[in-house]
Amino acid sequence: VSAAALLRLEIDEFHAAYCAALDEDRIADWPRFFAADAIYRITARENEDAGLPVGLVYCEGRAMIEDRALAISKTAMFAPRYLRHFVTNVRVLGTDAATITAAANYLVLQTLVDERTTIQQAGRYFDRFVRVEGHLLLRERHCVYDTLLIDNALVMPV
Amino acid sequence: MPHAEFVWPEEGLARIPDWVYTSDAVYEREIERIFHGRTWNYVALEAEIPNEGDFRRSFVGPTPVVVARGTDGAVHVFENRCAHRGAEFCRQERGNRPEFVCPYHQWTYDLAGRLVGVPFRRGVKGEGGMPPSFRLDEHGPRRLAVATRRGVVFASFCADMEPIEDYLGADILADFDATFDGRPLRILGYYRNTVPANWKMYHENLKDPYHATLLHAYLVTFGLLVAGNKSAMIVDPKGRHGTMASARPDKLEVAPEHRREMRAFHEGLTLADPRILDYVREFSSPWSVTMQTIWPNMVVQRELNTLGTRQIVPKGPNEFLMIWTMFGYAGDSAEMTRHRLRQGNLMGSAGFLGLEDNEAMKFVQDGLAKSRGGAAIVELGGADEGTSEKLITEAAIRSLYRHWREVMEL
Repeated sequence: VSAAALLRLEIDEFHAAYCAALDEDRIADWPRFFAADAIYRITARENEDAGLPVGLVYCEGRAMIEDRALAISKTAMFAPRYLRHFVTNVRVLGTDAATITAAANYLVLQTLVDERTTIQQAGRYFDRFVRVEGHLLLRERHCVYDTLLIDNALVMPV
Repeated sequence: MPHAEFVWPEEGLARIPDWVYTSDAVYEREIERIFHGRTWNYVALEAEIPNEGDFRRSFVGPTPVVVARGTDGAVHVFENRCAHRGAEFCRQERGNRPEFVCPYHQWTYDLAGRLVGVPFRRGVKGEGGMPPSFRLDEHGPRRLAVATRRGVVFASFCADMEPIEDYLGADILADFDATFDGRPLRILGYYRNTVPANWKMYHENLKDPYHATLLHAYLVTFGLLVAGNKSAMIVDPKGRHGTMASARPDKLEVAPEHRREMRAFHEGLTLADPRILDYVREFSSPWSVTMQTIWPNMVVQRELNTLGTRQIVPKGPNEFLMIWTMFGYAGDSAEMTRHRLRQGNLMGSAGFLGLEDNEAMKFVQDGLAKSRGGAAIVELGGADEGTSEKLITEAAIRSLYRHWREVMEL
């Protein structure tokens, strides 16, 4: 098995663990996938294409990511929901001594009680991974969604 | 519309009947009398279309329009509907072009929305074509009246509107001008979301300072807003527009006597990165927060240093779109821009405040849609109307419905 295939597998495993934390409502675990100086941003494709910097969610550093997890679990009011993340088309775009750059498509389905399951987001992750104590962590996760018109509220991260 | 169905409760403005939010007939009359009536509607920021030929798609009520800067440098607003077959011809969200061509039969419009070309108007070899009596200047999309104030563009289907300054009134204009203070704007980006609720609820939510300390646990837990802060709910003389204003205290903590009433308050929670709460004092205003509702389709958001406009686009009585344009100022440092982006986490459909407002409005519309014959209780603050310095009042909502009932004749 080539080193490239092993890396692909490792990234696939990372996505699976990340999605499981969100799908299983373990929001407190979500910040653990990020390096201390990580950037996490969700933005619409129209902003990305126009070079506009806004984030629907914009976290600078793991502390802000932890604060978002805290707000979702302790202060935010929203209807109960199930989320299901799917990550496919994983591509490693580049590697150097410190960083692995990768991309993947993502799809998030949302189910509310009394309502049909809907596509909440279809988009693409642009990731930069670093290796900390042997494990991959996100130094940057940039989620660019095609689904410009968000259905009411995006409660959980993608 | 059959009047018998639409009887206002005998309690007057202390009640709002459900049909105000759910009736198709009421909604149709709102388009005619409000969005297409005597109102100025927000359509764009001039910073989005700085150069000749720049344009963006927008809406007045549910009606698609194009906002374009003409060769004369002026801003023009016209319906995004081909005069020929009615196609919504401009499909590109924003861009720059010398003219607009409907792709179906290539009828052509200039940057002011005037019909300037019809292919084969004289037919082919003298056969077919338009009748000789057809004149280009008698056809074209409806062109709207345009007003600008400090880089904000408004449009109206009504040709003889009063100046925008008079429409807003002195009190609303003062806080509007504090946000649009003459510094050139820098567009930071857009959010779009649906809200499955009646469009008026968005106005009411921002005329309801009562909810802010109760629904938004984030605000109260981290000390951004507490009962007892200096605040005001400012209403224009006609009751249409509002400014929900509050001044942040120097010390971010909740007085013990207020904690009991606020179930949303969580003692002991602290932020790992409190930079999101920072306030850089940059405005000539006593208020650290002003949330302005400009009737009928605009919100001006100034929450600390996060700034934005929100455009309300109704989609029938039970749903509306929100288009958020987040901005800073052209002179902002890189760090100031990042501060605005960090603070932007409060707003939008994933914002700590924004998502809760959207969820709460959905809950209300669900409640109204699934029951019959109810009415909202709007009695906080007694029968007061107009501007108030109290937080625990619904006076501004009553003012809005006095105006709405007059215009709607309901």
